[in-house]
Amino acid sequence: MKVGFFPGCSLEGSSREYNESLLAIAPALGLELAEVPDWNCCGATAAHSLNHKLALALPARILALAERAGITELLVPCSACFSRLAATREQLTRDDALRGEIARIIELPFTARTKVLNVLEVLALCVKDGFAQQVRRPFAHKVACYYGCYLTRPKSIGTCARAEDPQEMDEMMKLVGAEPLDWAFKVECCGAGLSVSRTSSVAELSGRIVADAAARGAEAIIVACPMCHTNLDLRRSAIERHRQAKYALPVLYLSQVIGLALGLGERELGLHRHAVPVRLASPAPAGGEPAARPTATVSQEQEN
Amino acid sequence: MPGSSHGSAHADTLPAKMRAATGESVFNCYQCGKCTAGCPLAQEMDYAPNQIVRLLQLGFPELEEEALKAFSIWLCLTCETCGARCPKEVDLPRIMEYLRQESLRRGLVHPKAKDILAFHEAFLDTIRRNGRLHEVGLISQYKLKTLHLLQDVLSAPALLLRGKLKLLPHKIEGQDAISRIFERTTDHKEE
Repeated sequence: MKVGFFPGCSLEGSSREYNESLLAIAPALGLELAEVPDWNCCGATAAHSLNHKLALALPARILALAERAGITELLVPCSACFSRLAATREQLTRDDALRGEIARIIELPFTARTKVLNVLEVLALCVKDGFAQQVRRPFAHKVACYYGCYLTRPKSIGTCARAEDPQEMDEMMKLVGAEPLDWAFKVECCGAGLSVSRTSSVAELSGRIVADAAARGAEAIIVACPMCHTNLDLRRSAIERHRQAKYALPVLYLSQVIGLALGLGERELGLHRHAVPVRLASPAPAGGEPAARPTATVSQEQEN
Repeated sequence: MPGSSHGSAHADTLPAKMRAATGESVFNCYQCGKCTAGCPLAQEMDYAPNQIVRLLQLGFPELEEEALKAFSIWLCLTCETCGARCPKEVDLPRIMEYLRQESLRRGLVHPKAKDILAFHEAFLDTIRRNGRLHEVGLISQYKLKTLHLLQDVLSAPALLLRGKLKLLPHKIEGQDAISRIFERTTDHKEE
């Protein structure tokens, strides 16, 4: 399957392991990724907060460049970028006059016909029934699948069948040998773009997510968004200070877990780039007793 | 979807202008409070999300201004939970977006929101100059704007250690086109 690819800025910087792991698993999944030439930033929360036209024009330029490159389906692995691109496409498909105005602003012809796909949609096409045969090292761990906001909301662009309790990532985790847990914070917000300007809010919101996953016995939180990863992983010390507790629970990208199951190396998948070390106990031998408590559990230091 | 709001006599009210610009009407809201119940940051807000809508429903200019001066509109994470759960399908994130832009245009931004605004502005500044986000550039801009010079805002040492920070920006070829996009979209004047 050949699809267009818009990595977005985070995947070139603070979330480069998401990019590395996606590129590493693509060949085994039969995915050919064609990067959009000369792409720009989608404008993210900043444009969306301050300037509505700009928040449409920046994603529209990316979509127009994809269109020019003959891309009919575009994979956007960052959930936040996905949200901006899909929302722009949705709005400009409905409003011809506005689409014309935006096309003049970006100086490119633009029909909004390129379809925007998120990482769950694309990976679900590859990680499905027959996938078990490709699994060389089952990821036999209890995982909390964290979807966050933009894979499920708003309704106009979300792609999960059950917005309040999505299952798509959970299903893929089962196919790689993991045990997805039922937990309460699957679709709660991590604090998103306030990471820098209001870290205290992020420590509270992301702290609730990490604490619930840990309390349910998760050995890892699985994410599909660089912003979620930053807040749950890189901001872990702020979370721990805020909650007065220690959490050794690592946060892995969905693509890294699939890569591990395919037998790829930890370095190749960028596991060494995380702030919270990824140390998982060896899985139990097939058919044997469940593994002893892994290293990746909570050690509550003090109150709560 | 421009609409006539509630009678043309009130065409200059904030709800009427909002409806013309976004298609969203605050009069669809019947104040059930579902938005506030699900809002992750409602506890930190000065007005809860449903109260922001209420301020706009009552028809008093001073209350409309109160909504534009609220801290809440800047705390909103656009997580879309309120919109997804609203029984009347009010697109509250879109309303919040409109209020932020109007608040900025009229110079009514809440003083506590200055760091949040500075971050957004610094972010857009690096995009205007490079076309893509440059995290090191963003952080230095943000520090200059807020004077939080010593705050380690992005755990920079941790990032550098893991090969995640690029010291120099990547400029895209279409940089001029990006600058022109900014020029054509950022010139908002009070009508």
